[in-house]
Amino acid sequence: MTETLTPKLKISHLLGMENVSREDITLMLDTGMSFREVLERPIKKVPTLNGKTIVNLFFESSTRTRIAFELAERRLSADVVNFAASGSSVSKGETFKDTVKNIEAMKIDMIVVRHESPGVPQFLTRISDATIINAGDGAHEHPTQALLDMMTIREKFGKLEKLRVCLVGDISHSRVALSNIYGLKTMGAKVSVCGPKTMMPKFVEQLGVNVYYNIDDVIHDGVDVLNVLRIQRERLHAVLFPSNEEYNKYFGVTKKRLGKSSKPITILHPGPINRDVEISADVADSEHSLILHQVLNGVAVRMGILFLLGTKGKAN
Amino acid sequence: MNTTYLFKNAHIIDPITKTDEVTSVLVENGFIKKIAKKISAEKNTNVIDCSGIILAPGFCDMHVHLREPGFEHKETIETGLTSAANGGYTAVACMPNTNPPIDSSAIVQYIKTQAEKSVPVVDLFPIACGTKNREGKELAPIAELAESGAVALSDDGSPVENADLLRRILEYSSMYNLPFIQHCETKSLVGNGVMNEGFVSTTLGMNAIPRIAETTMLQRDLQILEYVKGKYHAAHLSVKESIEIMRQAKKKKLQATCEVTPHHFSLTDEEVKSFNTNTKMNPPLRTQDDVDALLEGLRDGTIDVIASDHAPHSYDEKETEYIYAPFGIVGLETTIGLCITNLIETKILSWKQLIEKLSINPRIILSLPKIKIEMGEKANFTLLDAKKEWEVNVQQFKSKSKNSPFDKWKLKGKSFGIFNNGIFVESK
Repeated sequence: MTETLTPKLKISHLLGMENVSREDITLMLDTGMSFREVLERPIKKVPTLNGKTIVNLFFESSTRTRIAFELAERRLSADVVNFAASGSSVSKGETFKDTVKNIEAMKIDMIVVRHESPGVPQFLTRISDATIINAGDGAHEHPTQALLDMMTIREKFGKLEKLRVCLVGDISHSRVALSNIYGLKTMGAKVSVCGPKTMMPKFVEQLGVNVYYNIDDVIHDGVDVLNVLRIQRERLHAVLFPSNEEYNKYFGVTKKRLGKSSKPITILHPGPINRDVEISADVADSEHSLILHQVLNGVAVRMGILFLLGTKGKAN
Repeated sequence: MNTTYLFKNAHIIDPITKTDEVTSVLVENGFIKKIAKKISAEKNTNVIDCSGIILAPGFCDMHVHLREPGFEHKETIETGLTSAANGGYTAVACMPNTNPPIDSSAIVQYIKTQAEKSVPVVDLFPIACGTKNREGKELAPIAELAESGAVALSDDGSPVENADLLRRILEYSSMYNLPFIQHCETKSLVGNGVMNEGFVSTTLGMNAIPRIAETTMLQRDLQILEYVKGKYHAAHLSVKESIEIMRQAKKKKLQATCEVTPHHFSLTDEEVKSFNTNTKMNPPLRTQDDVDALLEGLRDGTIDVIASDHAPHSYDEKETEYIYAPFGIVGLETTIGLCITNLIETKILSWKQLIEKLSINPRIILSLPKIKIEMGEKANFTLLDAKKEWEVNVQQFKSKSKNSPFDKWKLKGKSFGIFNNGIFVESK
């Protein structure tokens, strides 16, 4: 392919899925698919980002997202630096901005950032010249997760348009839910959300989704994909639901529940899963579960995104 | 030293003396010597051409954070009062969340002395704590604070949640005619919220502050007030329902007053989409529905006062991740411009109403001396250039801090200058 024929992304950073066009999403998914082929080869490495330096700037602990990014970066032959907030200058009282300025002074091209504060990727575009990829900002967005979910669904169904996808769980505190809603809506899917009312953000219906408080109703009304979110009953969430047992009993995705559907329902989960809390073990391991396939696509789609943004050149 | 000033051809608007005319005012040694259409200037008179300028009783901002003692990197009494003078205020009341907090007569005295020494044109009236160390546990030495010059009590930012303690504060402070100023916020409903709970917070995935955090405390406080009597003032109300609650309280003739800030009637939570940390304040920016209700409350008189809630924070403190940035914005130098642009130009308020909310009512609530623009009275004026079109430039603020969401805003109307304590200061 010559340079002029290579399709270009309209976006210069991947900050979120809100306001990303259908064309850009399609291009990222298509590119992700072509990198999937690379992952099937005996030598899973291409020289595409040779000479580019990427910093994985993780202010929140993450295992799988960081590993998926790092693998994607290395397989594109980029130079990779990992920065984790714990044990770094941040614990010595350095400000976020100073940390970023110091890292940038070492001449880097891209920053993959995870942070507990919404808006940190946007803040980075203001204080840095690097290309920014959001790997999760608080409960705001997690666009690469949404893209890998969409890639997985599209691969299975051949399309996203008019597919019925329901996100199940803690919608309020989920960046996965919001990015999926934005992306899937743009691609023409019919999106619904389901969870206890205590985990449902105010005015969520204004996002153009159907809201359910009962998982059996979702199944009864017909759904193609259930994207089951991880439930964490921590100190903060103690007022949101009474116990894992009660959650599992009333909102857990179980074989018995799914059995009421006339046709098989595809299961996604961003991981890590809590077996027999939000999802029963037999569902997680069933033939309709694409959970491990999501992990594979997670590397591929991130290769696609890094490639498209990394070779795009600077924003005007 | 020349102590005679002639304010020539000023448009005097004084709701107390019911004056509304273009005339000239001669001031000698800080007192009004003469008011007449034609006054000839002596050789040594400072003549200030006030053609097209409104001369009003000196404005008083009853909700200001001066940060001294304790947080001098954000603001000092000197920079804060210089900012007030430049913004058109001849008086401010400062909140007690300093370090140490204003909970002893020594601190009250210190603050007053610092103010008189550094910026004598602006009168500073300290608001002292309602409880010791603003901890909401024990009564502050209220009688002593009143005697040393505190004009009100408040634990601003740390609302008094304990209902019995609030009752006792209201009972005790009423003996000294001090209002208790409450920052209405039920903390257990706020959690780690950083913006208004609404559709915008949902799209941004932000922890949010529900409107009921404000109304639940306001409603409860007013019930306590009704029971014990006393004097109560609700700071910076931000939601529609609060205005309705206040409207009902006034119908019952409770001694309850309230204020709003210019940012709450000028901006909505849509601004937070920029992730600009200068959109982060407490209470948070609300919705257009709330803005409309605040405007109606201003118009119908439910809202007594416009106060800035001037809350300086240093550049570095605000130049950070949204959830870690401190709450608050500066306001002393934009309040008048925002009021004229959004309330006068839009015909929501008359000049008389605006002057009541910026000068007369705060002085009544705090029991400060009345200002009359009349012969023989002390001269205490704010001069306004109501037609001046200008662009806000935070770098030109006299305040030590520049944390304003209104940078680069085009406003109509600005302070022209102030006169108080025999001193004239022209606004820059």
